[in-house]
Amino acid sequence: MATKILTEHINVPGIETFDVYRKQGGYTAVEKAVKTMTPESIVEEVKKAGVRGRGGAGFPMGMKWSFLAKPEGIPRYLVCNADESEPGTFKDHYLMKNNPHLLIEGMIISSFALGANTSYIYVRGELMYVITILEKAIAEAKAQGFLGKNILGSGYDLELVVQPGGGAYICGEETALLESLEGKRGNPRNKPPFPAVKGLYQCPTVVNNVESIATTPWIITNGGDAYAAVGIGRSTGTKLISASGHINKPGVYEIELGVPVEDFIYADEWCGGIRPGHKFKALVAGGSSVPILPANLALTLANGEKRLMSYESLSEGGFQTGTMLGSGGFIVFDETACIVRNTWNFSRFYHHESCGQCSPCREGTGWMEKVLHRIEYGHGHQQDIDLLVDVAKKIEGNTICPLGDAAAWPVASAIRHFRNEFQWHIDRPTEATQPGAVYRGEMELV
Amino acid sequence: MTTETKPTVQFTPERLAKVQEIIARYPEGKQKSALLPLLHLLQEQEGWTSPEGMEYVGQLLGIEPIEVFEVATFYTMYHIKPVGKHVIEYCRTGPCCLMGGEDVYAHLKKRLGIDTGQTTVDGQFTLKEVECLAACGMGPVFQVREKYYMNLTNERVDEIIDELSK
Ligand SMILES: Cc1cc2nc3c(=O)[nH]c(=O)nc-3n(C[C@H](O)[C@H](O)[C@H](O)COP(=O)(O)O)c2cc1C
Ligand code: SF4
Ligand code: FES
Repeated sequence: MATKILTEHINVPGIETFDVYRKQGGYTAVEKAVKTMTPESIVEEVKKAGVRGRGGAGFPMGMKWSFLAKPEGIPRYLVCNADESEPGTFKDHYLMKNNPHLLIEGMIISSFALGANTSYIYVRGELMYVITILEKAIAEAKAQGFLGKNILGSGYDLELVVQPGGGAYICGEETALLESLEGKRGNPRNKPPFPAVKGLYQCPTVVNNVESIATTPWIITNGGDAYAAVGIGRSTGTKLISASGHINKPGVYEIELGVPVEDFIYADEWCGGIRPGHKFKALVAGGSSVPILPANLALTLANGEKRLMSYESLSEGGFQTGTMLGSGGFIVFDETACIVRNTWNFSRFYHHESCGQCSPCREGTGWMEKVLHRIEYGHGHQQDIDLLVDVAKKIEGNTICPLGDAAAWPVASAIRHFRNEFQWHIDRPTEATQPGAVYRGEMELV
Repeated sequence: MTTETKPTVQFTPERLAKVQEIIARYPEGKQKSALLPLLHLLQEQEGWTSPEGMEYVGQLLGIEPIEVFEVATFYTMYHIKPVGKHVIEYCRTGPCCLMGGEDVYAHLKKRLGIDTGQTTVDGQFTLKEVECLAACGMGPVFQVREKYYMNLTNERVDEIIDELSK
């Protein structure tokens, strides 16, 4: 049986209640942490575990924790990023809604390790019903002495606050999130200073994703080495993958990192294969921001080996032939999907979500959306493909926050791998704009 | 601020108690953090985020109306124009489109007889397009207030509209 670190109990009826969660061994990790461990020893276990940030950037969590500034007399904060808005990603939603106590237990352990006495969970505002679930679970945990003053007689105090967002993808970017939590517009901050030094209310702050924080109860119970023994190489542990698109079984799956992409798509345990009668055309492996790959490159590395679901294997080949694990938003396209339309759709998303602070991002995303729209609707110009490549290049690396890159990569990669399809739209506009028309020229389907 | 007049919008006593509870969540002097939650509370009560409501929320937090307006307009969830009784927020993003989201949306528009951004003449429904709602595996998806409606088909859309119209 594959190791389940986050979802072992997720289908137990009533797991959202304190009593059932507790019966499944819940909150024993908090007991162990606050009664028998020091904050430093917890950070040490998390470092040993090698768990990497699950929000998309993959930065080692233990290392981030050890960077937190600890000046005397100034509060420190832990903020959980539950803004989950990256297209294709719905794992945090799934985890919080079904097993809220797991996140709360993780928040208590992590807050204790960082010396935070007030911690925030910033949840995208659309998930108001999940906020209700979390608040109920927090009240239960508090009534049982796991939150509030002097937790389990340890002398440690912690309040947990759930904060709703207002609807803005950019507030998933950690400094925009902090601005939003301070009651402002979600404009990302210039860095440095980094949140570890000046974060929420200008105090040292750690921001971590829901899934990252939810690993800590298991790590405390089983030890960092046990966590690191799961997975492959520097991709330790498990990852929640949000699988969507043209597959038989969309949903959230917890996998041990290192499973072959092919198995993940075709095995009954996971996606269950491409829907009947269709063929695999393309994959966005880690949320809308990561480069799209054609089927053959998604399954196989340049050297012929199988590509694996790990940070290293997915990025093997760089942007020429590889992609990224990102947030684990796994979007599968069959031959009925129009890559141009999808690219336009994503570029509209980034244009809509750009905060507008930097001109390359604000103007560039608008340009890309406009040009892609005209190609998709049969008014493309011959020079448009090169124009898109050029605009994407001008955005990349020239912005305050990574949203600019996130907007450029899907466009650049779609053109890199599906250039013929763009060209077909420009050359054959009448054909390409027929209802349901999709490019059926030369390409490798699997 | 010098406004002594009674605001035209006022929270119910239960919501006012909730306002106090929310403000207490943040450190001394950081009550502006309560702005987003209070705007949600306002919209829940009033159905939209009216100028009077924004001014009132500003008064509760000791900030200028313009500051409230600046923030409210940054976020997509606050309806700063009047809306119908039910606001349907329909996901238009890629993964949902792969699941037939565009066809179902065309059906929904036809069924309601309105386009994106419009409200039905009887004031029952307003239609909005939104971006990914973090439910892509269950697409197509729309949301009405707190509730998610998932795995939508034309038939399911008809049922939901019938239910909500009652
Ligand atoms: C535009 C943008 C959107 C992001 N959205 C999210 C998000 O919804 N959830 C998340 O955890 N991280 C998101 N991130 C990454 C965060 O900035 C940050 O790296 C992360 O929350 C850190 O937590 P982790 O190390 O545990 O992953 C986003 C980044 C960018 C640039
Ligand atoms: S890159 Fe885009 S989203 Fe990020 S700060 Fe600049 S304008 Fe805003
Ligand atoms: S794309 Fe519709 S919920 Fe994500």
